[in-house]
Amino acid sequence: MEEVEVGCARPTGGPVGETVEEPKEVVQQTPKEVTPMIKVGKKAPDFTAPAYHQGKFGAVKLSEYLGKWVILCFYPGDFTFV
Amino acid sequence: MSIDSVFVHKMWNDNELSKMVNGGVPFPMLSDAGGRVGKVFGVYDEDAGVETRGRFIIDPEGVVQGFEVLTPPVGRNIMESIRQVQAFQLVRNSKGKEATPSGWKPGKVTLKPGPDLVGKVWEVWKTEMAFD
Repeated sequence: MEEVEVGCARPTGGPVGETVEEPKEVVQQTPKEVTPMIKVGKKAPDFTAPAYHQGKFGAVKLSEYLGKWVILCFYPGDFTFV
Repeated sequence: MSIDSVFVHKMWNDNELSKMVNGGVPFPMLSDAGGRVGKVFGVYDEDAGVETRGRFIIDPEGVVQGFEVLTPPVGRNIMESIRQVQAFQLVRNSKGKEATPSGWKPGKVTLKPGPDLVGKVWEVWKTEMAFD
């Protein structure tokens, strides 16, 4: 095994060799789903997510925090360096 | 929030982060398998399969007041996020009568936008204040 320098992004793999031909789509699909854009001054999309907090597993729903200020942070992965 | 499971969150908190922060992480660590939430917020990197460093400030009405997104190698300035929340709170408490100019910190001069302020910002706000 060759040692790989690990950066901040999670190392990923994938299929190698000849590319497998993906079956051609016969029928034009319905228009691609539009990714909602986040805009300042507009409502944040609500979501629910599994959570770990102070020794307990649970779930957090963004709308449960209505009435409070929220800082929602995303990051590349646990045990990363930055 | 990251794409890691809550089990990995537990291991990271219990084995490493609790050694950095007394009592461990004080807020919920959320799991976003497959980046489904990250996609909606525009921070999921499909190629790397991870979420980038997105940070969203959401007010008590659920409205996004600000956001910042960085690529993975550069960390955030937490104090700047706190400063922005304090600024948004001040504006909200003043019911929009006050605004915080560049470089504002708690205790510093705010602006009161209105006809009297047009062309007069230079009298109440100095350029050095942006670099404090």
